[in-house]
Amino acid sequence: MAADARGLTEEDRATVRIENLVRSFGDRRVLDGLDLSIAPGEFVALLGRSGSGKSTLLRALAGLDHEVAGGGGLAAPDDVSVVFQDARLLPWKRLLGNVVLGLTGPLAEERGRAALAEVGLAGRERAWPVELSGGEQQRVSLARSLVREPRLLLADEPFGALDALTRIRMHALLRRLCERHRPAVLLVTHDVDEAIALADRVLVLDRGRIAADLPVRLPAPRDHAGAEYTALRARLLDRLGVRGTPSTGPEEEAA
Amino acid sequence: MSTTTFDGRALPAAQAPPPGPAPLRAPRRRRLGPGKPVRYGWAIGPVLLLALWAAGSGLGVFDVRSLPAPWTIASTARDLVDNGKLPSHLATSAQRALLGLLFGVAAGLLLALVSGLSRLGEAVIDGPVQIKRSIPSLALIPLLILWFGIGETMKVITIALGVFVPVYIHTHNGLRAIDSRYAELAETVRLGRLGFVRHVVLPGALPGFLLGMRFAVTGAWLALVVVEQVNATSGIGYMMELARTYGQTDVIIVGLVVYGLLGLASDALVRLVERRALSWRRTLAG
Repeated sequence: MAADARGLTEEDRATVRIENLVRSFGDRRVLDGLDLSIAPGEFVALLGRSGSGKSTLLRALAGLDHEVAGGGGLAAPDDVSVVFQDARLLPWKRLLGNVVLGLTGPLAEERGRAALAEVGLAGRERAWPVELSGGEQQRVSLARSLVREPRLLLADEPFGALDALTRIRMHALLRRLCERHRPAVLLVTHDVDEAIALADRVLVLDRGRIAADLPVRLPAPRDHAGAEYTALRARLLDRLGVRGTPSTGPEEEAA
Repeated sequence: MSTTTFDGRALPAAQAPPPGPAPLRAPRRRRLGPGKPVRYGWAIGPVLLLALWAAGSGLGVFDVRSLPAPWTIASTARDLVDNGKLPSHLATSAQRALLGLLFGVAAGLLLALVSGLSRLGEAVIDGPVQIKRSIPSLALIPLLILWFGIGETMKVITIALGVFVPVYIHTHNGLRAIDSRYAELAETVRLGRLGFVRHVVLPGALPGFLLGMRFAVTGAWLALVVVEQVNATSGIGYMMELARTYGQTDVIIVGLVVYGLLGLASDALVRLVERRALSWRRTLAG
């Protein structure tokens, strides 16, 4: 990837470029000619109904889709971090060990401590994962992802298993961390409010392609009551086939 | 207003509850679980047994030639220690058991890793091990004698053959039970093959391995008993075999007690290691 922006189009500088991506499981084409580009530092949320291929796309970007049939062009950086829905901490490693897993070098531990402090878990380095609540575990998982200073952060419904209050706190934390570390982010979620609250751009995945690509131009404290917010939310829900409003897209909804 | 208790006695009126709303009372449930553990509960059974034995001997219920009294056994044991026989036999036995354990555990662990980490390895190794499993190690003794003679080699190999099977089975099982999501995690944090084995596979298989070890140490002592009674000129088993020809019941019982203590001690040792090494687990055993 080019480091120099001069003479290069925005497309060339993109952190993620996907062209005509196809992924199939048996006869079912889960991703069917998908195009997508994510700019450096851009926060993109990916919405979609269950089974729409959100996770398949994320796994393709993470390089985790071994033995999945498919084709198409995909360019993603090597330094990708993934936050899974489950915190996926190794139960036999203390928190610090989990954060620095796979890191090498003399500064690894120090960076791990700093990352734990960033997510508000300073002093818990020697705790075992089982001693933590779900939200705390997910914070460790965030620390593990960001301590690697990735160029691309992939998050697969990272807050799906958390309670509503914890989720709100995690949203603020994630935004803060992303503003500091500036990775490009692809957040897979099925929560429209979460997508609008966090992202610069919201995508809707439908039948293996990007069916909607809407920028979110709302001021920083994203007020749920605002007219703009409500309009965006309604458009996204409509695209997701909720509320029964007729589709405004070129294709007809297949019930 | 007077109240009647369950056994029909009438309570004095002064103690009767005042009229009005019924007093609050927590509902009581009958506990169905076993409840709190008894302190030193594990010792109660053995101590009871020993007391029965002592009482029987004291009252002359047991024939002294069939079952000598506990104190006779104790004094025989002291004699055997004093004249150096017991320590020397014990050293020989312990050496055999440890060597067999060492080779058996190493083989079981290595085979389990190869078989657990590669499909080809599993195809090659797992079948023969399962076949070996269905042949009791002790049934192999005649063959092992023909191949390796009646010396130490045969004894150590017999013990090792008995040990490696449980280590293999449980470690392999532990490996297979590691959540595949951890393999995915290892890929995303770009662990290499070696790092994956070190940080994920080995610690993940440790509970299985330690369970295998518990069977292995017991198995090692078991195999030891047999090989030492088949063909030996030293060792606890030999000491007991010799005592049989002279009709020394007390020496035989001393040997049994020593075997029992060794088995108990080694099992306790593995459990201690288990508690230390698996402190990250918060299980029901707590």
